[in-house]
Formats: sequence, C-alpha cells, structure tokens
Amino acid sequence: MTRYIARSPDVAARTIGGELMIMSGRDSSLFSLNETAAALWEAADGATPLAGIVDRAICARFDVAREEALADAEALAEDLARHGILVVSEAPIPR
Amino acid sequence: MSAVLAHDARVRVGGMCVRLTTTSTRFAGILEQRFAGFMEPGREADYTFEVEVVDPRPDAPDADVRVWREEGLWRIERGDFRAVLDPRTRRGRIRQAASPYSIDTLLRIVHTLSLADEGGFLLHAASVVRAGRAQVFTGVSGAGKTTLSRLAPPGADVLTDEISYIRREAGGYVAYGTPFAGELARPGANVRAPIEGIYLLSKGPRNRVDEVAAPAAARALLGNILFFAEDPALVRRVFAAALDAVESLPVRRLTFVPDASVWEVL
Repeated sequence: MTRYIARSPDVAARTIGGELMIMSGRDSSLFSLNETAAALWEAADGATPLAGIVDRAICARFDVAREEALADAEALAEDLARHGILVVSEAPIPR
Repeated sequence: MSAVLAHDARVRVGGMCVRLTTTSTRFAGILEQRFAGFMEPGREADYTFEVEVVDPRPDAPDADVRVWREEGLWRIERGDFRAVLDPRTRRGRIRQAASPYSIDTLLRIVHTLSLADEGGFLLHAASVVRAGRAQVFTGVSGAGKTTLSRLAPPGADVLTDEISYIRREAGGYVAYGTPFAGELARPGANVRAPIEGIYLLSKGPRNRVDEVAAPAAARALLGNILFFAEDPALVRRVFAAALDAVESLPVRRLTFVPDASVWEVL
C-alpha cells in the first residue's frame, strides 16, 4: 500500500540547538525529533510516497537498511499522526 | 434605562491597563486590596470588562479553566467564573462571585492572550531586580521560587515570587512586577527592568550555575509558560515567543542551597 505523509498545518516547529522541536496546535504537546525523524518530517510534502521519502531522505543520508528504515518510518508516521503533527493518507495530500 | 456603574477599577500590570467596572461595592474593595500598588485611577484602558458579581455557586465544579475562540470572541470559563472578550474592541464581560481568586485568574489569562501577540509571556517564575537588572527564576511549584524571593538581598526588588511578566520591547526583554503572588502572599514591586538572564531552578547540596543547551532551555520554558487557550494560532505564537527568548537571553541552571549564600553565585 502506498502511503503519503504531510506536515500538519496546525503545528509550530523550529530547529533550535540542532534539535527539531514541534508543538501540536491541537493539544500543546511538545515533541523533539531526532535526526532521522526530523529528516522524515521535513520531507513530508504530501506528494512524495513514504517509500520515496525513505529512499531520498533516510537511506541516502543514514547508514540503515531500506526495509528497516521503511518499517521505522511507517511506525513513526503513525505515531506522529496520532498526535496531530503529521497527516498520513493513502492518496497524495493537497497542500 | 441602563444601570449606573458605580465603581471603576483600573489595574495596570506590565504596562497594560485593564479597566473593571462593577456595581458591587464589596467586589470593588476586593480589587483594591488584591491589586494594591497596581491600581491606576484615570489611566487609559487597554481592555475594559463589565463585571457582574453573582452569588457563589455551591455546585461549581472544580474544573480546569477553558479558553477558546468562538465566532471571533474569546471565551474563558471555569467553575467559578465565565467571561467573554471581543479582541477587536478589547471589551468584554465577566460573571463571577466576589472572589479575588477568580478575577486574579481572569486577569492572568487576559494578559497571556495579549502578550502572545507581541512576543511576551507570563512565566511560572520569581523575578528579582538587582542593580537595575532582572533575574528570572523559573520552576514548578516547590522548586524554590518563593524561597529565593525571601532570601533576596537588601536593596533588591522582588517583582514576584510566582508569576513573572516578560515583555519583548525595542531594547530587548523586560521583566515587570506583578500582583500575582505565590506563597509570599503580597504583590510584587511595581517596577520594570531589563532581563539579565533566566535561571532554571533546582535544589542541591551546593550553589552552582551551569549552562543549559538551547533545546533543554526551550523545553523548560515552554513547560513553565502560563498558557490556557485551545487555539492553534495562539500555540504558534507562544511557541515562537518562548524560542525567541531562548535564542536571545542567557538561560542557565541554578542549583542552590536554600540559604542566603545562593545570591553570591548570581
């Protein structure tokens, strides 16, 4: 199944001290993303399939097997979506 | 024919004046006492509220305060009060019992809403002015805010032992005194001073000051900023205000022994 991910418009985000911090506009919960999670979040354009993002933003930059990276990315995307900071869809997400 | 509003109280905190009108003489007396040192009769009002004083609700639920925007109006509610504010006209209505705690909470919220628009915030923190510079000490309840305020050296002005009022102005960040007191149970000094730095409080076996990485400083500040509204736009502004402050002001950790020697390392 092809999946697409997009950054939620209802969040505040900024990189500070090398760390990406994101605050949910829905419930004010605060997240700090590590380097790989930040790469995924920043590449979440709603148009590129998740597998393509993993290839381009994760596997090309970090020493990780593609299958493992894709499984981790899917789990992370679901987790971030639960907190309302990422949108996950089976179709491209219009911006 | 409309009723004559007999009392007109103007409470000015952080340079912002809130006018409260009420027909209740008892409530007017409560305001005078609660906000002593911060009342400025005749001052031009930034916000105006008509306060309707009602009997206390015996069944008032002990619920968390709720702040949300509905059809362009801010609505603010807790078991003991209900308020509506039109941000365009800066006028509103409050319905509450004659309680200092209700109006105290409401004023804090109005200030948080206004400050967020200009990059400022209210912070759970004590602040003290020495030699014309403010030091802000933030921490959760029990971290030592009131203790540090009580230990302030002679000649220092305690702006607050509970809620620090931080504004971003043309020359940088400024702390203002507030009437929002903690265990000291008295209003702070009604003065302002540029902020020298923010300290994250923790108690320990000896006094020391340590640098804090920016992400940890941001997390601490965001955790201690007074913030009530269920509103994504406001969340973004508060988030930006906190991170701007971290990028502009020194944020350090103060580990301290609760005696007067702590002021020697500051």
